[in-house]
Amino acid sequence: MEKHFFKNNKRLRKAFWERITTRMIKSLSILFGFVGLGEIIRLGLQLPIPGSIIGLLLLTLCLQLGILKEKDVKPSGKVLLKEMAFFFIPPGVGLMLYFDLIKSEWQAILGAIVLSSFCIMATVGFIHQKMDKSHE
Amino acid sequence: MNDFFQSEVFGIFLTLGVYFLAQKLYKRFSYFFLNPILITIGTIILILISLDIDYAVYNKGGKLISLFLSPAVVALAIPLNRQFKLIRKNSKAILFSMFSGSLAGILSVMLIAYLLGGSELTIISLAPKSVTTPIAMSISEQTGGLPSLTAVFVMIAGILGSIAGLPFLRLIGIKKPESIGLAVGTASHGLGTASLAAEGEQYTAYSGLALSLCGIITAGLTPLVLEWIMKWLR
Repeated sequence: MEKHFFKNNKRLRKAFWERITTRMIKSLSILFGFVGLGEIIRLGLQLPIPGSIIGLLLLTLCLQLGILKEKDVKPSGKVLLKEMAFFFIPPGVGLMLYFDLIKSEWQAILGAIVLSSFCIMATVGFIHQKMDKSHE
Repeated sequence: MNDFFQSEVFGIFLTLGVYFLAQKLYKRFSYFFLNPILITIGTIILILISLDIDYAVYNKGGKLISLFLSPAVVALAIPLNRQFKLIRKNSKAILFSMFSGSLAGILSVMLIAYLLGGSELTIISLAPKSVTTPIAMSISEQTGGLPSLTAVFVMIAGILGSIAGLPFLRLIGIKKPESIGLAVGTASHGLGTASLAAEGEQYTAYSGLALSLCGIITAGLTPLVLEWIMKWLR
């Protein structure tokens, strides 16, 4: 898209990329700022909830109240969400440490996940279908 | 050469390099079982085992990559902020069903694993298995489970829900798209949500809402339930 717009204008193209870079840095620092804030609150109040979840709640609150706009966090937030799977690779490789555990307990693991998933879906499905009035 | 393996650069280079090649492979053939993430994880494990390198050595660099899971969790505020207008429409039904579903999930997975003879470590790592991976892993870390083991359980729950979710719910008589979306999102996070894409916007919007809400609710509930249930199971 960018090529199309600024085909013959090097200066404009450069300005465009500089602006994007600035926005990426700004949004990434906001996101990390909320991670840090969540961590501080968790440690300060001795909460058992992960700091990143506290950060998620605070950022949602700020967006809802209009203190921050979506465009302040979107540039790098979108990239992080889209490429989230990539960040799982190192912990995924950690699986190599637990081959024996999985081999010896696979029935318990599989049985629990399958039955529990059906249990969750039935619970949520029935309760929500019963209580939801938006169709009436 | 040994210095290179010992440095952080090794883990980062290996992860990026293998992931890049796996993505190329996927784009070239695009069979679903060539999932680039799974291929990358498998390849790196094979490389580490055949070169006889410890996971801890690889993870010096790996840690720097997974560090970005925290801001990714915070970035979930972007979709959650958009979904807020859905919550306002019928907040009582949504919040109550999400809370019950999350609680039922934590309790049932722990009890069943216990009855089937799972070890304490497995039971703790299973507790957050229904929420999206970054949240599940940080819950697992916080409560003394094994985050990488939890990541595997999350994957299994996701695959199960995306295959069996919709047929199961229709079978037991759940018909409203909103209820189906919420149920699949609660049980199988992002993978479940993706599986509803063909059904329509109404399904996926609610499924995405369930993904973020249940992530937050489960993060709050798991430590409390664990403390209580572990006392009782012992």
